[in-house]
Amino acid sequence: MVEAPIKHRSALNNWRDKLLDRLEPPSGPMADLQAISRNQLESLPAPDCSQEDWRFCDLAPIAEIEPRQIFSLIKPAAPVVTNQVTRVVIGADQDPLAGVVLPEGLTLLNETELKQSLGNNSNLATSKGHWPLELNQAIAPRVIGLRVRGKVEETLELVCDAGNNRGVIAVHVLLILEEKSKLELLQVQLSAGANLTSVVVEVQLQKGAQLQHGLLALGHPQSALLAHLSVDQEPTSELCQASVCQGWGVMRHEPHLNQLDGGAHTELRALQLVNSNQLADTHSCVRFNGPEGALDQLHKAVAAGNGRSVFNGVVQVPREAQRTNAAQLSRSLLLSDRARIDTKPELKIVADDVKCAHGATVSRLQQDALFYLQSRGIAPPQAAQLLLRAFCDEVICMLPTAAHAWQPLTRLLDAV
Amino acid sequence: MICSDAPVLIEICDLHARVDDQPILNGVNLTIKAGEIHALMGRNGSGKSTLSKVLAGHPAYSVTQGSVRYCGQDLLTLQPDQRSRIGVFLGFQYPVEIPGVSNLEFLRVSTNARRLEKGQEELDTFAFEDFVQERLGLVQMDPAFLDRSVNEGFSGGEKKRNEILQMALLEPLVAILDETDSGLDIDALRIVSAGVNQLSNAENAILLITHYQRLLDLIKPDYVHVMAAGRIVRSGDKTLALELERNGYEWVDQGLKALGTT
Ligand SMILES: Nc1ncnc2c1ncn2[C@@H]1O[C@H](COP(=O)(O)OP(=O)(O)O)[C@@H](O)[C@H]1O
Ligand SMILES: [Mg+2]
Repeated sequence: MVEAPIKHRSALNNWRDKLLDRLEPPSGPMADLQAISRNQLESLPAPDCSQEDWRFCDLAPIAEIEPRQIFSLIKPAAPVVTNQVTRVVIGADQDPLAGVVLPEGLTLLNETELKQSLGNNSNLATSKGHWPLELNQAIAPRVIGLRVRGKVEETLELVCDAGNNRGVIAVHVLLILEEKSKLELLQVQLSAGANLTSVVVEVQLQKGAQLQHGLLALGHPQSALLAHLSVDQEPTSELCQASVCQGWGVMRHEPHLNQLDGGAHTELRALQLVNSNQLADTHSCVRFNGPEGALDQLHKAVAAGNGRSVFNGVVQVPREAQRTNAAQLSRSLLLSDRARIDTKPELKIVADDVKCAHGATVSRLQQDALFYLQSRGIAPPQAAQLLLRAFCDEVICMLPTAAHAWQPLTRLLDAV
Repeated sequence: MICSDAPVLIEICDLHARVDDQPILNGVNLTIKAGEIHALMGRNGSGKSTLSKVLAGHPAYSVTQGSVRYCGQDLLTLQPDQRSRIGVFLGFQYPVEIPGVSNLEFLRVSTNARRLEKGQEELDTFAFEDFVQERLGLVQMDPAFLDRSVNEGFSGGEKKRNEILQMALLEPLVAILDETDSGLDIDALRIVSAGVNQLSNAENAILLITHYQRLLDLIKPDYVHVMAAGRIVRSGDKTLALELERNGYEWVDQGLKALGTT
């Protein structure tokens, strides 16, 4: 193959080429999709800071990761499961659901159902050509597809620990929550080395369905996480998402929520912590495609060391979304002079009869609170910890109960 | 209680302090011995809270002259947390609200810091609960306040009770209570005063900052000092407070005018 000389190719484009070269030929249930996405990816320029959407999010460190697919994962060091939790451990190539007894109300989607529903989500359809999505679909060996009927009493816990493997792992989950069904899902993403985890979760919430989704993502300075959540919500459905991300060299979180005909309830709670040279970027997008939808969004960030935290929160309220009630609040804590926080609410409101509130604050630890604690004999580092813990706990306490076995608060504070 | 051979707990000599470039304390002199209760009075803005915060080590104020010795040590070289651990306590005029930090945990961490310094063992959560329950009685505070965030949403009076609860837990040698009576209703004033009286003994001392005689009727001071323009301009016994109640601070202004320092 002869290639025209190219003036300048980014390291990430070279990395992508090497990765595509080294992949096994498409195979398994996702073979068709893999092939299509590989073709797409081949000609898709990798994100770089000249693109508005990636302005503050430099993915260059991903190019340092070995461009190969990870085929097997070690068993994660996970806390003991209680009988209120069904744990599914993702092991890359093996079927993570093999041998798992699903709780009542959960059934596997068969291949035909998967083919029908995959990528159907309105916002996925419009994100064709979105690099992280194509990357995921180019390599994900399978889709974990589940149908939810009725109220599922147990928490479903998906654990993926990239460990210290070198390379890329892709996880793709599809959930269909039928009318009035209810599920609590805890997604745990871990890494302890130079690897990239790409995860896409697609969710369809039918009328009256309720999903409580927790994402606990704890990484490593050399690791990267690209997490995409795509949810379609029918009226009267409820989504409550709490995400806690910390420790990744590079982390990009993209929750895309779409209230198909309005009238649904969306609650988002996010916390991201960066230290040393880490980057955490949340780009959320909530669209109201009909009237009377509600959004309650809180995004919190803690930036220490040379860390960089980015939040971009799009809320789209077109003309048909009258009587939308949306609130977005971003609160960031700057713990060092070298850290950076970029936060940008993006409210695109066309409808006139709406309530949309937004606010953003960036502050340091409150001096008067620190002094008060100190005046009671508490040494400055411990006083700072108490305040930091209080700041983080507001989001952490919103994770599904099952998350607490992972001791998120202790892990977060140990790392700052 | 005045006892001439009691040890000196705190000795403030010619203390000057400023915030930014503005002088606020202009030569404070005050010596407090064990067993004594001192009242510090004076107009709003005369520097009373500043004195209390300088003693507690607030970083906004810088000491430009003078010294403070506490139990033989140079207090001003110590960090605020060290000062607390060795027994200096400031009851804040405006206690700070700290959302998300549990009052109970805060009290426990703080109490243990002081206990460790005194060579006592730390209290675990259970032992501390017993201790705090007992001390709650002293200020008749509802245990429900333990489960809330530090001072968050407390009424003015509840905050002040929480301050005195902290004093009861920390058992300081020198307690500076800055307008603890403001925000308290009559009943609460009586309860809190009784608590403070119970905590007062021959080994410790209290500096009460107040505007009102009604507090001094309940907690009887051995000395009363009047502060103006950042220094103590007059000291006396408890009759001085009664005189102020009758005559106000007019005479202070005249005295200062004569000195040319207003
Ligand atoms: N942090 C500060 N910044 C600026 N001015 C201050 C500060 N603290 C005190 N002051 C000023 O110092 C003076 C004394 O205040 P303060 O000690 O609070 O008086 P008091 O407690 O006697 O009412 C006041 O004029 C006040 O405005
Ligand atoms: Mg004052």
